[in-house]
Amino acid sequence: MVKEEKEIANRPDNTAFTQQRLPAWQPMLSAGIVIPGFVLIGLAFIGIGVALFVTSRSITVLEIDYTGIEKDSPCYKCSDSDAKNCVCNLVFSIDSLFEGPVFFYYGLSNYFQNYRKYAASRDDEQLSGDLDAFTAPSDSCSPYNYNSNDKPIVPCGAIANSMFNDTFVLYRVVNGAKQLVPLDGKGIAWWTDYNVKFRNPSVTPLKNAFNNTVKPIFWPKPAYQLDTSDPANNGFINQDFLVWMRRAALPDFRKLYRRITDGDYAKGLPAGNYSLTIAYNYPVVSFDGRKKVVFSNVSWMGGKNEFLGIAYLVVGSLCVLMSMVMLIVYAKFKFPEED
Amino acid sequence: AHIGVGISGQEGMQAVLSSDYSFAQFRFLQRLLLVHGRWSYLRMCKFLRYFFYKNFTFTFVHFWFAFFCGFSAQTVYDEWFITLYNLVYTALPVLGMSLFDQDVNDVWSFQQPQLYVPGQLNLYFSKKAFFKCALHSCYSSMVLFFIPYAAMHDTVRGDGKDVADYQSFALLTQTCLLFAVTIQLCLEMSYWTAVNTFFVLGSLVMYFAVTFTMYSNGMFLMSPSAFPFIGTARNSLNQPNIWLTILLTSILCVLPVVTYRFLFIQLCPTINDKIMFKVRQAKASPAPPPRRTRIRRTSSRRSGYAFSHAQGYGDLVTSGRFLRRPALSRSSGLTNAGRTTTGFSPMGRSAGYSPTGRPQNAKVSDVEVTSLQMYRTITDPSL
Repeated sequence: MVKEEKEIANRPDNTAFTQQRLPAWQPMLSAGIVIPGFVLIGLAFIGIGVALFVTSRSITVLEIDYTGIEKDSPCYKCSDSDAKNCVCNLVFSIDSLFEGPVFFYYGLSNYFQNYRKYAASRDDEQLSGDLDAFTAPSDSCSPYNYNSNDKPIVPCGAIANSMFNDTFVLYRVVNGAKQLVPLDGKGIAWWTDYNVKFRNPSVTPLKNAFNNTVKPIFWPKPAYQLDTSDPANNGFINQDFLVWMRRAALPDFRKLYRRITDGDYAKGLPAGNYSLTIAYNYPVVSFDGRKKVVFSNVSWMGGKNEFLGIAYLVVGSLCVLMSMVMLIVYAKFKFPEED
Repeated sequence: AHIGVGISGQEGMQAVLSSDYSFAQFRFLQRLLLVHGRWSYLRMCKFLRYFFYKNFTFTFVHFWFAFFCGFSAQTVYDEWFITLYNLVYTALPVLGMSLFDQDVNDVWSFQQPQLYVPGQLNLYFSKKAFFKCALHSCYSSMVLFFIPYAAMHDTVRGDGKDVADYQSFALLTQTCLLFAVTIQLCLEMSYWTAVNTFFVLGSLVMYFAVTFTMYSNGMFLMSPSAFPFIGTARNSLNQPNIWLTILLTSILCVLPVVTYRFLFIQLCPTINDKIMFKVRQAKASPAPPPRRTRIRRTSSRRSGYAFSHAQGYGDLVTSGRFLRRPALSRSSGLTNAGRTTTGFSPMGRSAGYSPTGRPQNAKVSDVEVTSLQMYRTITDPSL
């Protein structure tokens, strides 16, 4: 009969999908799940927090500010903006063995490497060795892309231009005599930065690639003379340059300068007096910045950071506390079963 | 009115064309309102609340970061993440929730029509609900920024190298954000079909797949300035302190919500909570299905005037005859049709009334007030 077929043709599908009857899991926030869950999370977090806190406590850090603003600071004479090629000497002592491997960082404060225009002021094509970008640096680098004679600057941009150029030499004072502590500058930058992201142009000698370009305005030497003793550390793949170009996220940061791992100091820095000779080149006083050196050792969780351990402990305890509260509320106020 | 409903039938398609919803029988109205309307309201409100939450959280983090980047409008996240966040990473899960979510199934919706009341009272999305959502976003954004900030402050990798750089920080905050909003979505969804679960887990997997691809060597070598984040995922996501920060941040964003909801369910349960609890108990020990006796609708259809496309019953209606009961002594030509529900025929014959029958008289005193049962049935050999 025509009418029946028409009715059947118009009838919608009776599948689980179209009739919204798909099998499903319907979880509910019931007491049996929430309260034990909170207890478990609380206990786990307390455990993690204890581990983190204990580890962080076992890391030693020594920070010395050498900006030289205070009159009694050894670098006071260098903080004057007119002082050129100033060298200052910091003396400090270590009470007990500073366990190795010891990492030597320089730190800057109130320095906004995360400022948007600063952070955009680089040319990644140039830094990956593209010679076309040598003759025509990208506009994102301006005003640090061409100098006053319209010659292209290589490497261009504000980040490269403001590269940190203080140098440090560490001596251990033994019986009045200064013993040089060997500082290792290899492998301080990320492997991917050194091998993939930054590439020297494939021109030998490297100097020829930089014909008709000029060095950044603030640099004392051009890029192909950053480390003339080691071609694997020269040009764009210089480790200090790579560390500087990896811009920091926050206004107070520290960057790895050297590692102390060789010879007598493989186990760490023994107790005693030390003297740090600083070639103070980098001006920070004009913007209220501060400079410091940091000696630190590391562990599986990285450098010393007590926040994470304390945060885990606090959150874990709060969880356990809340689970007690919820248990009390549940026991007293179980909602009535009538409708 | 909120919607217009048309009945499609023999009166022509005008009502159908000008209405929002149309169906063929009046009884479908119950299902439209109590099941589909209710589900639609629920889904829409959950969708709106969650969508505002996830975008406000995403944006407020930049507000906090502004204090630490010299107010230079530097984004906390990778630009590719910002592009793909609403497009790929959080699009399908929200879509899944707003298509499939149900609080109780249709049988229970019928049995408990008081579930419809929250929709009438505008409870699920109002200015108050929006404000609560904004407040929740504010809290989440603070957690999502300040915990990574404090955890990454002056910290380094396990081998002494940099991990507090901008790119690692961006990766950390964006991963924390994605985990936090995904867990929040999991809390909102109350109906986990296979499709939903696939969307949620798939989006997370997609995030990691796309991130690792974009931060890989191959993409960088294709276009160095478009993919500057090379190596970041490899160098920072193998650090335990990064993962511990992600865990802490996501859990801290979500636990207050769970606590708040649980306490509310215990202290002032809504209709929904009570009924979902009942459903749960019924599933545990299924009650026998209620035997509803068929209500014999003997007198609900006063007239069949809407069910004809023949001459129609217009004159019957205007005569008022069907409203008056005939005297019981009438005999000729009338059969007492005891029921009128079965044998429905769009030709209008089932009412026992023939449009070609006796002349319509405006005032026939011998017609009873109530039903059509008193009219003559015509046996039509053509049917």
